[in-house]
Amino acid sequence: MLGERVPHRIGVGPRGRPDRTETDLSECKVAVVNVEVTPLPGIGTRQDFAIRAGRRIGVITYRDGKFELIVSKQDDPDATAASIPLAPEEASTLAGLLGAPQLVAQLREQHREVGGITTRQLPVTAFASRALGDTALRTRTGASIVAVVRAGVAHPSPGPEFLFDNGDLAVVVGTAAGLDAAAEILTGGGG
Amino acid sequence: MHTAVALIQLGAVFFGLGLLGRVARRVGISPIPLYLLGGLAFGSGGLVPLHGIEEFTHLASEIGVVLLLLLLGLEYSASELTTGLKKSWMAGVLDLVLNAAPGAIAAYLLGWGPVGALAMAGVTYISSSGIVAKVLGDLGRLGNRETPVVLSVLVFEDLAMAVYLPVLTAVLAGVSLLGGLTAVGISLLAITVVLVVALKYGRFVSALVDSPDHEVFLLKLLGSALLVAGIASQLQVSAAVGAFLLGIAISGSTAENATRLLEPLRDLFAAMFFVVFGLNTDPATIPPVLGIAVALAVVTTLTKVGTGWWAAKRQGVGPMGRARAGAALVARGEFSIVIAGLAVASGRVDAELAALATAYVLLMAVLGPIAAKYVEPIGEVFKRRRRRRAAA
Repeated sequence: MLGERVPHRIGVGPRGRPDRTETDLSECKVAVVNVEVTPLPGIGTRQDFAIRAGRRIGVITYRDGKFELIVSKQDDPDATAASIPLAPEEASTLAGLLGAPQLVAQLREQHREVGGITTRQLPVTAFASRALGDTALRTRTGASIVAVVRAGVAHPSPGPEFLFDNGDLAVVVGTAAGLDAAAEILTGGGG
Repeated sequence: MHTAVALIQLGAVFFGLGLLGRVARRVGISPIPLYLLGGLAFGSGGLVPLHGIEEFTHLASEIGVVLLLLLLGLEYSASELTTGLKKSWMAGVLDLVLNAAPGAIAAYLLGWGPVGALAMAGVTYISSSGIVAKVLGDLGRLGNRETPVVLSVLVFEDLAMAVYLPVLTAVLAGVSLLGGLTAVGISLLAITVVLVVALKYGRFVSALVDSPDHEVFLLKLLGSALLVAGIASQLQVSAAVGAFLLGIAISGSTAENATRLLEPLRDLFAAMFFVVFGLNTDPATIPPVLGIAVALAVVTTLTKVGTGWWAAKRQGVGPMGRARAGAALVARGEFSIVIAGLAVASGRVDAELAALATAYVLLMAVLGPIAAKYVEPIGEVFKRRRRRRAAA
């Protein structure tokens, strides 16, 4: 093939052994997918991988920073059934939607032993280009932000100086009441 | 008085081109064939002869060639070129042999001699990377598995141009064998130096022309492009190749910004280039060569499809993808005209060459996108028929 295969780990947390492509659910979830990176001279880069259902799915990154989501046809894996142009903020929102639940599931797994504590992903809409410290979340609700998912990438343990952006998802750990209050603050409901 | 007439003529030409471009967009074809037709309609033997703006249009068309090649170079980074070359050279050589041969043979049969054969070989060899890239984007095929194959064949062709154009320029200038070899030597040396410089010190070249101010950036870019093109031309290495190499040496974000800034200028001057080529061709010379042009079109469509088929097969692409890769490569356009333009301007080739090249590009620039679009339905028919036969 023209492209090279790059193993791409999805999720954070304890790393699985690199030689295994999948781990059973009893262990913490770390799946390795072989992402094929193919340069498209004059256009950009194609990164894609085969999914279990048989299709290829991936992203074309244009040199000017645009993205295109591509899905191959079912009957002809060489051809694309759809190529959907995405603006940068749309791409990062989609990535957040897909990436955050994974992270939340992992954290939930880890916190299972501690009673009364849950993990939830909360959209941050009221703090664009403001620091995490500005939310004063810990003081006001007792819940803490353990990670921020942006463009599908998790930023673990963000400090108080961490700057939020539109489309960010905060992964918050706390009591049920604390999480409700946190959701209100992060979306601007609680000021 | 003279200026007023010249302005009116130029205005009419540009406005007419604008209308033609709009028609092309609406029909969904490349504007190049329509620009050529526009040029044929004016000028020598055409409906409306133009007077007094020849000097400007001539220079404008030269700038058009420089900008075409500069932007082509800007599209590629040096590392893309070197890895592309390593991966696709076999397909590239097959492409060269299969597609240069029909043009050379036709020229030979027409009695145009070795110089004419060399020029026609170039005309039928090189696909239009502009049309191909646009068609692949429009049809949503950039994510297809055969697309990198198509693109790497185009990369090879563009690099081959960097060697071919100096050779052609030297031969057309009527230099001796030694002089020709010197030109090839200089251009090969220049390509090597540029690739090495661009790979290792590309950011210095970029920094030299870069500027946060658009106006300064544009002037420095255009200035350096014309300087390099002029010096290359003085060294008999062809102005176009100089511009192409400069484009490769400029890289990264500078290249992106330069592309964005120069695109409108390129479109303007390149349109002028096609018109001037059409202007200098007498429409009356086209009908006699039309038969040959159609024959060449048929043969070189098949040879390009064969090239794409083979190249895609080597990369493990299925039959339908192979057919798509082949059909995508069919379009010829701007570079065939650049080559024919060089040949005709030198006066060393038969004047019929301009007519044949025009007719050929008119056919191929229209046929290419159509072939790319309808290869899938045609393939489906074949597949179904084969399945039915297997069932019977």
